[in-house]
Amino acid sequence: MNKIFEQPLYAYARSPDQDAPTPVRHQVIVIGAGPVGLAAAIDLAQQGVEVVVLDDNDKVSFGSRAICFAQRTLEIADRLGCARPMVDKGVQWNTGKVFFDDRKVYEFNLQPDEGYAHPAFINLQQYYFEQFMVERVRALQAQGAPIEIRGRNKVEAIGTHDDHVKLEVETPEGSYTVEADWLIACDGANSPTRRMLGLDFVGRVFEDNFLIADVIMEADFPSERWFWFDPPFNRGQSALLHKQPDNVWRIDLQLGWDIDKEREKRPENVIPRLKAMLGEDVQFELEWVSIYTFQCRRMEKFRHGRVLFAGDSAHQVSPFGARGANSGLQDTDNLCWKLKMVIDGTAPDSLLDSYDVERIHGADENILNSTRSTDFITPKSEMSRILRDAVLDLSEHYDFARPLVNSGRLSVPCTYDGSPLNSADALDGPSETRPGSPCPDAPLGDEFLLPKLAGKFTLLTIDADAPETIEEEGVTVERLALSVKDDRTLALKRRYLGDAEGAVYLIRPDQHVAARRDSYEDNAFRHAIRRAIGKE
Amino acid sequence: MDELILTPNIDGADDFYADLLAAHDGLDKAESDALNARLVLVLANHIGDRAILKQAIDAAKAR
Repeated sequence: MNKIFEQPLYAYARSPDQDAPTPVRHQVIVIGAGPVGLAAAIDLAQQGVEVVVLDDNDKVSFGSRAICFAQRTLEIADRLGCARPMVDKGVQWNTGKVFFDDRKVYEFNLQPDEGYAHPAFINLQQYYFEQFMVERVRALQAQGAPIEIRGRNKVEAIGTHDDHVKLEVETPEGSYTVEADWLIACDGANSPTRRMLGLDFVGRVFEDNFLIADVIMEADFPSERWFWFDPPFNRGQSALLHKQPDNVWRIDLQLGWDIDKEREKRPENVIPRLKAMLGEDVQFELEWVSIYTFQCRRMEKFRHGRVLFAGDSAHQVSPFGARGANSGLQDTDNLCWKLKMVIDGTAPDSLLDSYDVERIHGADENILNSTRSTDFITPKSEMSRILRDAVLDLSEHYDFARPLVNSGRLSVPCTYDGSPLNSADALDGPSETRPGSPCPDAPLGDEFLLPKLAGKFTLLTIDADAPETIEEEGVTVERLALSVKDDRTLALKRRYLGDAEGAVYLIRPDQHVAARRDSYEDNAFRHAIRRAIGKE
Repeated sequence: MDELILTPNIDGADDFYADLLAAHDGLDKAESDALNARLVLVLANHIGDRAILKQAIDAAKAR
């Protein structure tokens, strides 16, 4: 057993709150110290918001769980000060191979065009991801940032009020009451917060079971994603093999619906399945085995007054496409700057309603993609299987069929088309940077663009004039003046100008484009700033 | 917008139909189903235009 599971990362310690004569009020309480909760807490603490994280456990999550972290997640983690160890530890991969029956039908390369600081994907066990985030929390604490994690603090009851939330928290030394101006629930797909508040969680259940096994083995399989449809070692079902750090391999085997889960999980049943897949001679050790079923569903609203849901507590998808943890980090990325502005009084409370609009848009996109992948991977009727197999057969011989093969559409960040925070597009520029888009990275000599856009509103000018700062409604927007000459690879021009001579972009603190024009126009940009903070 | 062609458009319709039947000669039901599925996908890709494909699906469903 891996030691990391055993060791408390945030052991229970008595808090002065437990001895306070009246309940202590915090600015923000986050429930859940998984990747999403920790991201929320770090983001807020970096902005000087006082935050307490409560978790009913005191260790990293058990088993590898989420393993595929996308480029956008790494860009967000970079802003949160913890991307470096993740990238250093993670396994980078670009090649995916698709097998059908006993043969490889095609392979794809994820490597995007050059000019990004971070790889398209890394594979990293969730426990490492969490560990690096907890280390970041500790570093922030050492700098005096107002952030705290309380292990073995289980929220038992929640009272919601107009201007605060009250929590009953159970600890090894009894319960206490604590209050917060704002509550962020990052307590997972089975969210106790959601249950305690009696809120909905509706969607589609997929009647299938998957065996997930992480094995430790010395094997010479390359660092690629291998996906099988109907392989000889798992007839009529699918299989996945993916490499993680420390010689841990993720194996996913579809089992079908009518199975005895407890029986299938026993090593004497798991091991023969794995040997059939990996070969009789391969030596391996089981690190973690689990059987899961999944659903594609979301809450009707993610904001309920002063309670905000983020990550799996708000929306759940199938694992195909790595859209769980990756979308959870996009949630907190979207939420935290808004919450900071509302707390400061810079923006109206209604700015938080745009969190609902934008992230429900994101969740629906993820659910759609993940549902379609699932329908392809696990056909639900005879004809859908016939069509699926036809696609796979054709993909071996003809390029045209390959885009139809769907073994998971891998997570890409959501563009908030139609968001109330966007201003109308006023640049004849590339589609990938239209208002609502996450800013694509670009190299600037030895540096990259995104770190220069982090955590504040920025006026990005490329070969265009503009004031050095704009003050509007309490928001200070500083200019970042660039030229296409700053990037010899021309990625900056390709991604932000296209055929335009110059451009001015208003970029939000979460690095999404709020507005863009071919030149600076004072009224238009002041209007765009007001709009982006919910004041129009 | 382009319209799905629903008037006679194949020269030698009988020959085409014979070719289609011949392609299924000697196949069992599962093999024939698979052939039809591959054929639909090949033809759909050739058409390419999503609006036309949607009209084709609708036309095939209306009986």
